[in-house]
Amino acid sequence: MVILLALMVGLMYAAGIYLVLRRSLVKLIIGLILLGNAANLLIFLIGGITRGEPPVIGEGEFTLGEVYADPLPQALILTAIVIGFGLQAFAMVLLEQEYREAGVTDLDSLKDEDTDDQ
Amino acid sequence: MHRNNDDNQSGQMTTLILRTASTYLMPLLLLFSIFILIRGHYEPGGGFVGGLIASIALVVYGYANGLKRIKSFLQFHPGGLIPTGVTLAMLSGIAPMFLGKPFMTGLWLDQQLPIIGHVGTALFFDTGVYLVVVGTTLTIIFSIGEEIDS
Amino acid sequence: MTDHSILIPILIQLTTALVLLFMWNRIHLQRRASVIGNAIGLAYAIYLFQKVYNQGILVTQGGGWEAPYGITFAADLFSASMILIASASGFAVSIFAAGSMSKRRSMFVFFPIFHFLLMGIIGSFLAGDLFNLYVWFELIIIASFGLITFGGGKRQLEGALKYVTLNLLASILFITGIAFLYGLTGTLNMADLALKTAEVENKNLLTITALFFFVGLGIKTAVFPLYFWLPASYHTPLSAISAIFGGLLTKVGVYTMLRIFSLFFLPDPFVSNVITVVAIFTLIAGAMGAMIQNDLRKLFSWLIVCHIGFMIAGLGMYTTIAIAGAVFYLFHDIIVKTNLFMISGLIHRITGSFKLKKLGGFYAHYPSKTLLIAIPLFSLVGIPPLSGFWPKLLLINGGLDTESYWLIASILVASFITLFAIGKVWIEVFWKKGATVTPKKHFVTFGELRYIHKVGFVLPIAALGAISLFLAFGAGWVFTVSEQIARELMNPESYIEAILNQNN
Repeated sequence: MVILLALMVGLMYAAGIYLVLRRSLVKLIIGLILLGNAANLLIFLIGGITRGEPPVIGEGEFTLGEVYADPLPQALILTAIVIGFGLQAFAMVLLEQEYREAGVTDLDSLKDEDTDDQ
Repeated sequence: MHRNNDDNQSGQMTTLILRTASTYLMPLLLLFSIFILIRGHYEPGGGFVGGLIASIALVVYGYANGLKRIKSFLQFHPGGLIPTGVTLAMLSGIAPMFLGKPFMTGLWLDQQLPIIGHVGTALFFDTGVYLVVVGTTLTIIFSIGEEIDS
Repeated sequence: MTDHSILIPILIQLTTALVLLFMWNRIHLQRRASVIGNAIGLAYAIYLFQKVYNQGILVTQGGGWEAPYGITFAADLFSASMILIASASGFAVSIFAAGSMSKRRSMFVFFPIFHFLLMGIIGSFLAGDLFNLYVWFELIIIASFGLITFGGGKRQLEGALKYVTLNLLASILFITGIAFLYGLTGTLNMADLALKTAEVENKNLLTITALFFFVGLGIKTAVFPLYFWLPASYHTPLSAISAIFGGLLTKVGVYTMLRIFSLFFLPDPFVSNVITVVAIFTLIAGAMGAMIQNDLRKLFSWLIVCHIGFMIAGLGMYTTIAIAGAVFYLFHDIIVKTNLFMISGLIHRITGSFKLKKLGGFYAHYPSKTLLIAIPLFSLVGIPPLSGFWPKLLLINGGLDTESYWLIASILVASFITLFAIGKVWIEVFWKKGATVTPKKHFVTFGELRYIHKVGFVLPIAALGAISLFLAFGAGWVFTVSEQIARELMNPESYIEAILNQNN
């Protein structure tokens, strides 16, 4: 399971970077989404995959049970997903606006800012 | 397929079944979302999920009956929920600071209230999150819907 | 020492933002409320600074959970002085924005987002936990996305697209670094990490993690191979927005680098070498870029890149004196860069252009404003008594101690090219003869503005100029502060002690 997930994470990073390097704006966004999900999966993987109880201290006890799932990666992933969702939504709206203004989805056409002022 | 021509602007997907069902689903889902909100903190649930369920309820109703109906039902712009929610969450966060405790320390009433159970700052914080989620989701959906309509 | 009130600077900004959101459609009220909110923020920042200066490190734990588990906020001297400087520049920008921004339909969102941005910046200065730091970073980039696209227009959207893409990539790399660090140590509290990274046996993996952080933060900070988004986007939004971006955003990255690298990754010869080499290239590349620009704001954008090199150089040398130089430069740079973009806004409002070729005769027409503008320009170059000179002196001192002659050479070269670029601005804009006013349709020139708006333009420039002068003539005191910060960064025991053992 760990090896499978590790391969998966690697593949997602690779695919994400490949897509980011493409010229199409749409693929750029898809690549960023893939990279974001790959990072979340990586945290999940690194937090350790255990078949444990939720980390809640039971009634009348003072310590956690023997095997419990680490809550911190879960909290981190949850936050990262929510934030990532917002950012990706913003990026998509931006892309749509850009498409409306410029009418192209090719990154190579976005050179107005680098070429010097007329 | 029957189509409602009066106030349905959101497209061709509407059927009689969806419209009838959504009328009953919306209050149920809204109640369920409040249940999830109150249930949170000690059990699975909370403001975020509750808020999502509430906005799903409203969105389903909106898809079936047109976004205009949902707007007239709400009577205010959902964007206003965002600052209200953040304010509520912030106030529940600073409340313990007035008692000399750190930011975001949970303050709880000793007695349980009927139905709701333990009431504490965490519940108000969750309610704030709930409002923010509903406000954000509906604002996004409304602005997309308006673009499609126009 | 435990003190729950260190969160108040964050809460002041949050409250202001919320109050502004409730003032939805009343732009006049929003302007006033924003200035008042920032004035309160600045006053509190001064209070917090003197408190930390006298009492040492102040710590609070969110929710009252103890240190490695709770959300830690810590204000040491570095955090407190950064909050002070950021609040000062935020205050100036808010006056400038209130004076300079015309009434538009979408105006009402500007001020709330601006305060959310300041809240994120102050929050990241206080965060004592990497997870928390990540959240503040995301808040900063969400707010900055909102601001950089503010107004729209093709060129601006293009700039924004580059900015958004690379910043998203940066946060993904940053969180990948966080994941590795968590896997290596099992904690994300910075003080706890400082202890646990020292015990990590797999030093190579730690170095790789350090590089993830360096690349992630490097994109935000705009260091050598990763800076292309900055000159492509910083000159596109409104001047007030460029001012806050140019002054503060990249500097948050520098602050975080100084903090994180000094806590867990340094001293490590490989990481130090990477940082030093990157610093050299950043200095040269930024300076070369600035040399050929003909647009005022583009030129300043390239100078931001160039001067990031000075601070990274201080981190690369990693001696007390060099870090003190970097910290001093950080203070100086925030104030001056904010001021420069406001000046470009003022020049544009007076003359209607940002292009060096079209500008001219400024000195003949506006001698008193020229004097005002001269202070930040010459501070930037670092003409001896002014504020850019002292930190460079410290950095060169540090370079001589560590025998990094390449670094010294590039610092000198970058300084000379900065002098050249600013000299070019001086000649083209101020000395050259030329028509000053190129009226366009619907362009309200400076002369036609109401008195209160004129004050809004000039007052913040003068105020930041005064702070620059203070940094220059109070250099002795500023040096003592930055040296103490550098000593605390080099020997983080007191920071760790304050966070982990606060209850004893």
